[in-house]
Amino acid sequence: MKALHTYLMIPAIAFSLIGCGGGEEAATESTTSAEPMEIYTPEPEASPFGIGPVTAEVELGELDEALAAEGEEVFTQLCTACHKMDKRHVGPELAGVLDRRNAAWVMNMILNPDVMVKEDPVAKELFAEYLSPMANQNLTEHQARAIVEYIRKYNAQ
Amino acid sequence: MKTIGKILSLAAVIAFLSSCGGGGENQPQSNSGALSSSSAAEAVYVAPGEHDEFYEFFSGGFSGQVSVVGLPSGRLFRRIPVFSVDAEKGYGFDEETKDMLNTTHGHIPWDDSHHPKLSQTNGEIDGRWLFINGNNTPRIARIDLTTFETVEIIEIPNSAGNHSSPYLTMNTEYVVAGTRFSVPIPQEDVPISTYKENFHGTLSFISVDQEDGDMDLAFQIMVPGFDYDLASSGKGPSHGWTFFTTYNTEKGSTMKEATASQNDKDFIAAVNWKKAEEYIAQGNFEEWDSEYVNNEMDHHSHIATSTTKNKVKVLKAADCPGMIYYLPTPKSPHGVDVNSTGEYIVGCGKLSADLTVHSFAKMMDAINAESYETVIDGIPVLKYDEVVAGVVKSGGLGPLHTEFDGDGNAYTSFFISSEVVKWKVGTWEVVDRVPSYYSIGHLSIPGGGSMKPWRKYLISMNKITKDRYLPTGPELAHSAQLYDITGEKMKLLLDFPTDGEPHYAQGCAAELIKPNTKKFFKLEDNTHPYGIMSEEEARIERDGNDVHIYMSSIRSHFAPDNIEGIKVGDRVYWHVTNLEQDWDTPHGFAVLGANTSETLIMPGATKTLVWEPKEPGVVPFYCTDFCSALHQEMQGYVRVSAAGSDVELRGWLGEE
Repeated sequence: MKALHTYLMIPAIAFSLIGCGGGEEAATESTTSAEPMEIYTPEPEASPFGIGPVTAEVELGELDEALAAEGEEVFTQLCTACHKMDKRHVGPELAGVLDRRNAAWVMNMILNPDVMVKEDPVAKELFAEYLSPMANQNLTEHQARAIVEYIRKYNAQ
Repeated sequence: MKTIGKILSLAAVIAFLSSCGGGGENQPQSNSGALSSSSAAEAVYVAPGEHDEFYEFFSGGFSGQVSVVGLPSGRLFRRIPVFSVDAEKGYGFDEETKDMLNTTHGHIPWDDSHHPKLSQTNGEIDGRWLFINGNNTPRIARIDLTTFETVEIIEIPNSAGNHSSPYLTMNTEYVVAGTRFSVPIPQEDVPISTYKENFHGTLSFISVDQEDGDMDLAFQIMVPGFDYDLASSGKGPSHGWTFFTTYNTEKGSTMKEATASQNDKDFIAAVNWKKAEEYIAQGNFEEWDSEYVNNEMDHHSHIATSTTKNKVKVLKAADCPGMIYYLPTPKSPHGVDVNSTGEYIVGCGKLSADLTVHSFAKMMDAINAESYETVIDGIPVLKYDEVVAGVVKSGGLGPLHTEFDGDGNAYTSFFISSEVVKWKVGTWEVVDRVPSYYSIGHLSIPGGGSMKPWRKYLISMNKITKDRYLPTGPELAHSAQLYDITGEKMKLLLDFPTDGEPHYAQGCAAELIKPNTKKFFKLEDNTHPYGIMSEEEARIERDGNDVHIYMSSIRSHFAPDNIEGIKVGDRVYWHVTNLEQDWDTPHGFAVLGANTSETLIMPGATKTLVWEPKEPGVVPFYCTDFCSALHQEMQGYVRVSAAGSDVELRGWLGEE
């Protein structure tokens, strides 16, 4: 029975996410029953990495100067309106952020802020404190990683 | 397990199709022609969070704009400013968009917008652009359907009353324009009583670049001074031809409601534009000095530039045999509509009870036989009996406009008898009629006018709504009514007020537009000369009495938000760049005492508001579009000092 539940669960979730509007392609792919059925709902359990495209620990390794420089450029253009390194501005100061959170969480906060402030317990608390929502600046995963590298470099100096 | 999975998946498809509003299977089953309130409500209900099945674009008539409505719900999503200024969006007020309304007469803040037409490829709506005509100061506008913004307006010279427009061709090769009001061409000071000798019309063909949509006036055809009312371009077999109705073939210039209604038959003008192209290629045209203005919005700077052009190629019928013919048509025909197959040309003689249907094939036979009734100013008049295919004995009064459903049915609006009449193409028999409330003008089926209409809904656009809604003083809303046309009988589903006075609407399946919608503009693509890429670049520069403030906005502050050193007599340019890079995050900007509207800045774009302070003091400015919980805090101050004061010019953010 457990195997069957798992089999049903994945398409059922896909179905509910797509919903009705604009889901025509999904109709041909969905495999769920028209009959009522038990749907296994996992207990919500916060991932230490937050919620978003980064799902595993990020290997940081040696400081990559070129990547950090790239990160600084993106940070200056798209983040400094709200974040300073050494003091609270619209959002939290960032110099110490990698001591408070892991790199994957920071990247998910950059890449998926709308969901993070609604569902991740830490991000929810931050939103309640700061009230201005973390803006989604539509960065690529590579750019988010580069910003992490820039923060590391800043702290190293 | 695999078998179970397959069975389940089939069930899922069925469940999915039947569970969604507007999915196609939920039409009411009644055949009575009248629906109960609850089944009509179900048919138009789009649940919260779900999307409509069709976009429908209504002209605003005297509002000069276009409104975007969802079908079947009738919900209004957006009002697109086109020919009229729109203070809500800063359109026509801010430095970037005001040149969109330039003409040879200067800046004109209004027009009368009439007929929205969606671009087509191979006779099918393609979801790229929407074109619409301005009737009063002859113009055609192009709206980009990725941004829902007006991106180009071209003025039509040698024209007046640009009503028979834009009625584009089946691959959007051309949009057309025509003179509903004949005038001296070129303009000159003559007695009005010399109308018959001195007044003429023109039919204009404006080419459309297939890559970027740019419009260019390709050529104009001089025609006798009748009133060219509406148009329709051929498709399939009739591709290459465009048809224009005429009235006032009497050439009256006063008390036209009587003088222009004398003749039993007026004409449908059939223009062979491929032939016209040949004459242009051969150099068989006159080049006239005619000024007109072409305004275009740059995709990256979001700044409109106005170009004045001054040459136009003019073709004359007498020099261009085979280019234009007249088809006699009773009686002051309004709508001319080519059916979905391209064979039939339906004329709605608005002073006649019957509809006249011409056959394209018969027209070509008559042309090849050179069988003419007469020739007017070089234009052969074909014989009515040799081109007519049939007459629809409607029993209605005041036919105006016909749409087709692609299944051999036609639907004609009747203004005077206030009804929609359904009839069969080919047999001309009337099969159904329903009242409209009241005084229907045009009607619309999504995809109407193309070769592939979506036979599901029909919209009637009504001029009079007396007693239909809660009253609002002397002026009442115009209305649209939605009918289900999936069955033999039309069924009224919904009635909703419209923005302005819609003279036509055209719609299409939402899927043609929805996936391409622009969510924000990339900052790195912003080429505005006063745009900034980050808060670090925010600054203030003085150039004599002109002060340029390079300002940024992001939730929820401006940089700078404190400014000093502005003096009475300065002309202050607030160049506000929205640094957001996400969907649905515009910021607004307004400053107390500015003699203009707010400006509204889309994410990644820059907009400029000009302000000339008149008194010393400290003046607040703020964000006008709710942006976050701290939106009210998105506010700053500018200090204005007396002319000649020596307060240092500087701005800052968060330095207290």
